[in-house]
Amino acid sequence: MSPLDAHRTVDAIWRIESPKLIAGLTRMVRDIGVAEELAQDAFVAALVQWPEAGIPRNPGAWLMAIAKRRAIDRFRREEVLERKHEALAHDIRVDDGADAAFAALDDDDIGDDLLRLIFIACHPVLSVEARVALTLRLLGGLTTVEIARAFLSSEAAVAQRIVRAKRTLSEAHIPFDVPDASERAARLASVLEVLYLIFNEGYAATAGDDVMRPALCEDALRLGRVLAELTPDDSEVHALVALMEIQASRAKARVGASGEPILLLEQDRGKWDHLLVRRGLAALSRAEALGGALGNYALQAAIAACHARARTPEETDWARIAALYDALAQLLPSPVVQLNRAVAVGMAYGPAAGLELVDALTSEPALQTYHLLPSVRGDLLEKLGRFSEAHAAYQRAAALAQNARDRTLLLDRAARCARA
Amino acid sequence: MRFIVMVKATPQSEAGALPKPEMLAKMGAYNEQLAKAGILLGAEGLHPTSRGARISYAGAKPTITDGPFAETKELIAGFWLLQAKSKAEIIEWLARCPFEEGEQIEIRQIYDMEDFAPVMTPELTEQHERLGAHITSRSDGKP
Repeated sequence: MSPLDAHRTVDAIWRIESPKLIAGLTRMVRDIGVAEELAQDAFVAALVQWPEAGIPRNPGAWLMAIAKRRAIDRFRREEVLERKHEALAHDIRVDDGADAAFAALDDDDIGDDLLRLIFIACHPVLSVEARVALTLRLLGGLTTVEIARAFLSSEAAVAQRIVRAKRTLSEAHIPFDVPDASERAARLASVLEVLYLIFNEGYAATAGDDVMRPALCEDALRLGRVLAELTPDDSEVHALVALMEIQASRAKARVGASGEPILLLEQDRGKWDHLLVRRGLAALSRAEALGGALGNYALQAAIAACHARARTPEETDWARIAALYDALAQLLPSPVVQLNRAVAVGMAYGPAAGLELVDALTSEPALQTYHLLPSVRGDLLEKLGRFSEAHAAYQRAAALAQNARDRTLLLDRAARCARA
Repeated sequence: MRFIVMVKATPQSEAGALPKPEMLAKMGAYNEQLAKAGILLGAEGLHPTSRGARISYAGAKPTITDGPFAETKELIAGFWLLQAKSKAEIIEWLARCPFEEGEQIEIRQIYDMEDFAPVMTPELTEQHERLGAHITSRSDGKP
């Protein structure tokens, strides 16, 4: 095998094996920083030995054996050091018992270990940025360089963030455990938040961007699918997977040839990825079958599914979307959700009904500088034939718009109303 | 990146022999691994070519030939649809597949719609749109 081939193969095996390896090692050594170092040492050994000796039949087991040996060496060294310093003998972690624990590691535990690793990487004691970096690094198998490129950050900054995150976890003595029932919902929400954030970071990137950024969507989706396999009874996990699959299905349709964003209703539905649509709808059915139809992600996924099921924009079930936004607004009292609900109501029950809801939001402090509020208002007023009011609303929206493309579009509409 | 992994036919698969239960169990466990890793998008097995047909396009009228077909090694008996970051990752996964001696697979990367951009005309895009809408409306949310 050529050195280049060996490198590619080891990279591929790192992606496949490193999360399991780090998870298993963390259970033994109780420190994700040490576990990651041990895993990396094992891969370095692989890079040295595999080009000569060939790839072992079971690379995961080979790597784990090397890493365990390194772990034992490391603890023996520490043991000697600690004895020299007359440390407390009972605090020494490696003894015959630990050797037995290493030997006992088998495949059945790997799933549990992976789940523990996901929960610890997304622990609320860490900042969201730290959780994202740690999750991509430990569970996504991304390198620090890849994470830095994806988040438009420097390698040094990402490396520093990861080091600090590991230290925080270590100092806070966060146990390597799946949270118990009292904590589980909140901890799972923290995990889902991280996955959705990674997804959205990739989704926000446009076609011209570095490919590393859109690839984050695939990373988030894959991790979501992995999590769904590990927690098959958690409806919100399936719901988040559904939401991500359906949103990802539109990735190719949402950006025009010159990089301009294309709104959902104007997208070429032929460019939607129908395999992902089907997977998304299946995951949503699973979430609903588990009794989770009214969860945060389930409602968002159900809204996305309404669009996905419509062959043409005219076939969209707006009444159902309005009802789903209604439920979402109760769960998530956000003015942006209210505004989306108003749009759906306007589509389902006519512009007057929509306008009534939008007008009720105009005093909302959080929406004072949000260009979509006057933009939606202008649209509804225009549909009602109230052109001079619509003109003023579009003008206001244009003044608030953050980018030139939106501003031009809104000014065009304002001009259209002035002529009407 | 998406890949299709095609499983080549064997004399047994062409004879319509079903896999042995222990092989099915091994393959089931393997597929479970792929699903757990989040890379499995789909997998199907195919009936022997004796139940298939070929159409050759030449001249005014296509020629239809019913199976079975010779050249067994060139035929397909099943496939996986997988998603991964690289071909190396797919190769590594398939190296772990519990196939018996004599089996062969072929790994091929799937084109993206945008790979066709240079040859797409507005009419073709519109046709693709209608086709896509048709496929979506047929999907019922079942896996």
